[in-house]
Parts: sequence; structure tokens; C-alpha cells
Amino acid sequence: MIAPDSEAGFAAAIAAATAAKTALNLTGYGSKAGFLRPVVAGETLSTRAFRGVSLYAPKELVLSARAGTPLAELEAVLAESGQQMIAEPPRYGFLGGDGVVQSLGGIIACNLSGPRRIAWGAMRDHVLGVRAITGRGEIVRSGGRVLKNVTGLDLAKLLTGSYGTLALLTEITVKVLPIPEATGTLVLHDLTPARAVAALSAALGSPFSVTGAAYLPERAAAAMGYDRPVALIRIEDVAASVAYRLQALRQQLGRYGASALLDQAGSLAIWQAVRDATPLAVGADTMIWRVSVAPSQGPGILERAQSLGLDGYLDWGGGLLLLAGPATQAAAAALSGAVAAVRGGWWLLRAPESLRASLDAVPPEPAALAAIRGRLQSAFDPAGVFTPGKLHAA
Amino acid sequence: MIALPAPNPATLARRDALVAGLRKILPAADGVIADPVRLKPYETDGLTAYRQMPLAVVLPETTEQVAAILAFCQAQNVRVIPRGAGTSLAGGALPLADAVVIGMMRMNRILQIDYADRYAVVQAGVTNLGITRAVEADGFFYAPDPSSQLACMIGGNIGMNSGGAHCLKYGVTANNVLGVKLVTITGDIIELGGTHLDAAGYDWLGIIIGSEGQLGIVTEITVRILRAAEGTRAMLAAFSSNAIAGACVDAIIGSGIIPVALEFMDRPAIHACEAFAHAGYPLDAEAMLIIEVEGSADEQTAMLERIKEICSAFAPTSLKISQNDAESAAIWKGRKGAFGAIGRISPDYLCMDGTIPTSTLPQVLARIEALSAEYGLKVANIFHAGDGNLHPLIMFDANQAGQMQKAEAFGADILRLCVEVGGCLTGEHGVGVEKRDLMKVQFTEIELDLQRAVKSAFDPDWLLNTAKVFPLDRLPARASLPHAA
Repeated sequence: MIAPDSEAGFAAAIAAATAAKTALNLTGYGSKAGFLRPVVAGETLSTRAFRGVSLYAPKELVLSARAGTPLAELEAVLAESGQQMIAEPPRYGFLGGDGVVQSLGGIIACNLSGPRRIAWGAMRDHVLGVRAITGRGEIVRSGGRVLKNVTGLDLAKLLTGSYGTLALLTEITVKVLPIPEATGTLVLHDLTPARAVAALSAALGSPFSVTGAAYLPERAAAAMGYDRPVALIRIEDVAASVAYRLQALRQQLGRYGASALLDQAGSLAIWQAVRDATPLAVGADTMIWRVSVAPSQGPGILERAQSLGLDGYLDWGGGLLLLAGPATQAAAAALSGAVAAVRGGWWLLRAPESLRASLDAVPPEPAALAAIRGRLQSAFDPAGVFTPGKLHAA
Repeated sequence: MIALPAPNPATLARRDALVAGLRKILPAADGVIADPVRLKPYETDGLTAYRQMPLAVVLPETTEQVAAILAFCQAQNVRVIPRGAGTSLAGGALPLADAVVIGMMRMNRILQIDYADRYAVVQAGVTNLGITRAVEADGFFYAPDPSSQLACMIGGNIGMNSGGAHCLKYGVTANNVLGVKLVTITGDIIELGGTHLDAAGYDWLGIIIGSEGQLGIVTEITVRILRAAEGTRAMLAAFSSNAIAGACVDAIIGSGIIPVALEFMDRPAIHACEAFAHAGYPLDAEAMLIIEVEGSADEQTAMLERIKEICSAFAPTSLKISQNDAESAAIWKGRKGAFGAIGRISPDYLCMDGTIPTSTLPQVLARIEALSAEYGLKVANIFHAGDGNLHPLIMFDANQAGQMQKAEAFGADILRLCVEVGGCLTGEHGVGVEKRDLMKVQFTEIELDLQRAVKSAFDPDWLLNTAKVFPLDRLPARASLPHAA
């Protein structure tokens, strides 16, 4: 493993790899090595020695940090000024618990967002600028440190979520926001998936600025200590607003039956669990999927997944499914087929090695787009050394 | 003045044949415009100082027609200029003499509205405000609200990644789009995204939105629609200097409050807007903030009281909380009419659009004032204070020899200043033709080459919206070659 501690060090390592046509697995601490497809690379290039906050201007809601900065370190810096990462990036429990370190670069490269995504946008919506190194070993910038910027092509968005297949991110500037004064949750009990998503849609279609809308079916609910399914609706704001809006929502959603309120501590705990996929039942041979569909399609996909032996829960008002179950080629193909049929997207977050290499870990592209992608990859990485195989078969 | 590339003589010579070819694709009587009188309205856009008649204008009604036109143009090596309502302040829709303008105004239908999943599918020629108008009776809205929203089209918003006054909370176009139908220069129709959140695979929407027509033509868009808050209310706070108003903005944001809008106007802007709109703006102030909050009546009151308390620490020369919707509307009327107001007191004006770190506002305004004296041209400043997007309006008279050139030079100096203090050339209007030659102020040649290579991945022959965004000195060779056939 190569782990330079300067941009010049990364540039030199990449230029050398390109000259030698040695593929590089771009990584931070390796927490997401199991995501998507297996990488075929002769060498690993890690950002773990390139860390630290380089700019933090709380009154401008802007933070820049080197790619190898641990997420936890960033969040601690932000918390000192009462601020936080807006998109609530998850620390998936199946990555191995508290000991696992995630880098800012990794969160950005995978565009991972948590429950707040439905209200305030995804990680990609908060990336204001990046510094990156192309396959030619050239240092490039895109975007900047201001909140509104449409100067030139938005390469920062293209690199966000590109899983290290286009360039190495070395420094990222993100927009941040204040931590809300209060958090509260309305819990609706014992709804079917379809009724629950209807309730979540009603909440998200209300004027009350809902920032979390999830549904835990029986097994996921049981993992969180509930004996029946629960739908969860979150409000974050000043305390008086949270209290007022939860009551207003409770009244408005009265037709969905019994409900309860969670206090601040209870709310923070349950939403952290929803964020981190804690309710998933994960064993050694489990495959794990993250699926995004229109919210009203969520219950149908859940039902299909359950018929294939998977189970899980819904977030994003029903539009995000986290699903886990025994890994088989047939179940994987059936699930991705069902998602494709409703024009949704998916990410294979974990599967046994043999399966990972043979599956579409993300939806395949139409031919015209695949051709554009090929030319685009050549533009960034002419020798094809960056993280080959991660997104699509090389 | 900004140069346009020499037209391709081979294309000009084949004009009649090309028009005949386009008429085969669009057989309806008025689908292809070649008559000089009828071409005239297309010779310019919101950047009216620049005019250029195109080769022809086509007005497709379907995505398939757009695809056929693009495939035809690529086969014939003809440049293409996409156009919505033509409101670009950056010359994004300025034609070229050898180019076909594709006007999207006939693709103006709203195809689907889904409240349960909170999206609408619209054609590119639907106006920005048209989306909100279609859903507001049900309490919903489309969030980005550029000042031109009555006229500008969603396709153009996609091109420029348009913003507005409410970006601090609701984001810009890129944050509010779920999917697009993209037609490539080869005539392929590609669906990107859909009705769900977040791409698995590359963020194609992220690179397409804001690409100023360089990568393809978007014909259909799936936008997020949001439920509006229970209500909104605005307040005015006026101060004795730009620096004090800037410090007050910092204090509001620093307190953890994120208003839905936070607008700044300097003295010249206050005076121009008050004379125009009679909004009750304080004429004795050096700087003024418009602050808007939302929620129930009680929530609005509580939030505005908190903001008022913060403002009070900065010795405001006046503070006025609106008591009802009518008073809020009056407060906004002046700000939203700013361009018209400046148009009333000056024969011509240029609207600049840099972004700066908000902490540098006093320093930047002082430099702009000095430049104003140096150039002998007046300027009024309007600023989206929450997000740092600065709109200096440079006043001049194009009928006086040399003033246009002076105004452009002044504007370029302001944008260089924005970059110098850590900002950028354009926050929401786009580069277009206007700021094309300034791109080297913000980017290295290596960075520009990478952006050029991304364009080439979509548009290998550089036929799409040529002469915009990228400085002309490194236009790829083939685009300037005569057609081989």
C-alpha cells in the first residue's frame, strides 16, 4: 500500500502507476472495500496519511478537509461550533462497528447520505469544490469554497459518487449547517408497508418540513425493540416548532391510527439506527442491497425482496430500501430485475466474493451512455489505472 | 467586445440545402424559420449588446424531432445553439452565423404531476413559474426562483443551473431535479435519473445540469415539487454601512438561524428600487437586508423576534417586521423589480454575477466603489447575502462612444476581484459568451483542458453551443473545418 502525505506524493505515485500501467485501488481506510464489484488492482493507494481540516468558516457554512480525514474527526470539529454534515452520512453497522474508520474522501466518492437526504439533499448536493488528481498525475480543481457556483462544467459532482474510477479526490469543500436545537419523532404503529408509505407521503407533503420518514417492518422493528411495525416521522428545528409541528402532524395523520411521540434522546437513537442500517439482520454470507425507487414503489420492492428471502426497511419516505438476506445468484437477479422494472437504481453493498464479480452492482447503462462513459474515463484516466472493476466490469 | 469564431463558409454556402433538409424533419409550415425578418427575434438574448443572425431556427415539438435534427446537424457538420426563452444574461443563447438555433418553446407541456411521490414531469419549454402555477393550488411549488421566472424556461434553467433568492434553504436547479431526457449530438435519446433520488453509477445529472448546452439538449425534466410552508413573512433591517450590514449577516448565520432568504442591497440599489416600487425602503440607509422566514404565524413571529434581537446589536437605522402578506409583498416588490428599476434610471446596464465568501463583502464593495470612480460609471449592488452571490449592476449609456467597452472592462475587473478573494466568476447566470474569455482567471489550462475533454466525450466535433464557456484559442480543429462532403 502506498499512502503519501502530500498532493505531490499522490501525483508522483499516480504518474508512475500510469507509466507502468499498474492499476491502483484508490481507498481511504478500506471500510467500503466490499461495496459493489471486486477491484482488480496491483497496488493500493490510500489517503489515510493525508488528513486534517484545511479551512473552516462557520459563519460561511463552509468546511474544507483533506480526503483522508476521518469522518468522526470532522464531525467533532463541526460540533464545537454547533454545526454538522447536512446529509447525515451513515456508518453502516455491517462494516464492523465502532472500530471502523471512514474517510471524508470515501463518503464523497460513494455519495452516501442518510435519512436527512429527503429534506436537505445528498452529499453530492453539499460538495462545493474538490481538488483531485487525474490519471496523468495532474492536480485539478473544480468548484470552490462558495455556496453558489456555476463556473464551467461541474466536475465536482461528476467525481462525487464515482467510486474512485475517474480521479483521486485529495481535498473536498462541503457546505455545513447548524445542528438543530431540537429533534422529535412521531411514531405510527402497526401499518402495512403500503399504508405506512401513504402516511409518510402525507407527512412529506405537509407544510411541516419533515426531515426523516422511515418504515421498519416487523423484523426491523423487532431489532429496535418494537413488537409491531413502526413508521417514523422526524422534525428538526427550534424546540417550540418541533413541538407544534409534531402535534399538527399527529392530528393530520389521525386516520392512520395509534401514534406516539419520541423525545429528543429517543429520536436521536432511532434515527442513528436508521442511518446506520442497524435494524438489518446480517450474517457471514449475507448480501446487502441499497435500492432507490419512487417512494410509492417501495412497498412492492419490499414485498418482492421478502419473497426472495431478503428483508430490511424503508427510509426516504419509502424510496430507499436497505435489504439483507442469503446470497444467491437467482435472488440477486430477481431483485435487480424488479428494481429495473420500476426504473429505480441499486447499489450492491456486500456479497460473497464469487457473486460480486458476476453481478451488476449498479444498473447497467444504455449503449449510447456507456460509450460516453468510456470516453469520459479516458479523459480522466487514459491508462485506466483507477479502481478498475469497481462500478462496471473492466 | 467578445469575438465570435469565423463562420464556416461551406456551411453558409449550403444554407438552402440545409434548410430543405431541416424542413423534411419538421414538415409543419412554420417549424423551420429561414426568412430574415422572422429570424430577427432570435439574433440576441438577455445580453442584448451582442447580436448575430443564425443560419436558421427550428422549433421542434417532440424529443424525436430534436433527435433527428441533431443527427442531421452532426452528419452535416453544422453547429447548433439550444434556446429556451432567450433570457440568458450571459449570452448563452447567442447565435452564430453558421448555426441552427433549436428553439424549445413549443415543447411546453406539463406531462405528469405526482403528489404522492412529489415530482412533476415537464417539457423543456415550460416556464419556471409555470411549474409552480400548475401545483400551487394543491399547496406545492418548484423551489428555484430566478428573477426571470415568469419568462425563463426550465430547459434553460437546466443549462445554467439557475438559482434564485431562496437557495440558502432550497438549493439551486441541480438540487431539485430527479431526471432528464437528454438528446446527444448523435441523435441518441438517453434517460438519466428517473423519479427516484440519487444515481447509482455516475452522477450524470450533476454534469449535465449547468453544462450550458455543451453536452446535449435536454427535452424533458422530472423536477421535485415541494409542499410550501404554512406561510412566509419578511422583514427589513437597515444599517449605516455595508460593513455593519455584512457583520449582521454573519451574526444571523452564526446564531444557527437559516432564513429562507437573506438579501442585501447597497445605497444606490435601495434608492433605485424605492423610486421604482415605492416599497417603503429607508432612503437614509447605506445598506439594507431583506430577511424572510417561514412557518406558522407563531413560528414566523418567534423567528423574526430572534432575528430582530440580533440586528439590534448592530445599531440599525431602521427595523421593520412586516405585519401581513401585503407588507411582505411590498418588501419583495422593490427587490424583485431591481432590474426594471435600474433600467429606469440608466439607458443601459450590465448585470454581473460573481460569488464571494460572504466575509469579504465589505472589502469587495469598497473595491467596487473605487473601481466605479475610476471608470466613471455608477454601480448598484444586490447580493444574495446568505450564499455570497453578488449582482453588481453597472450603469452606462451605449450611445456614448466607448461606454459599453468601459462597462465590460469594469465588469471583468469585478469578476477578477471575486476570484481573487476566493470566489468565482458566476454564481447562477452561467459563463455563456460573456465570461468565456475570463475562464483563465479562474482555471488553469490543465483544468480547462479536462473540462474540454469532458465536452469532447459528449460532443466530439464541438458542434453544441460552440463559442460559449471555453476560450476560443483551443477550439478543437474539426469544428472549424469545412464540411468534407
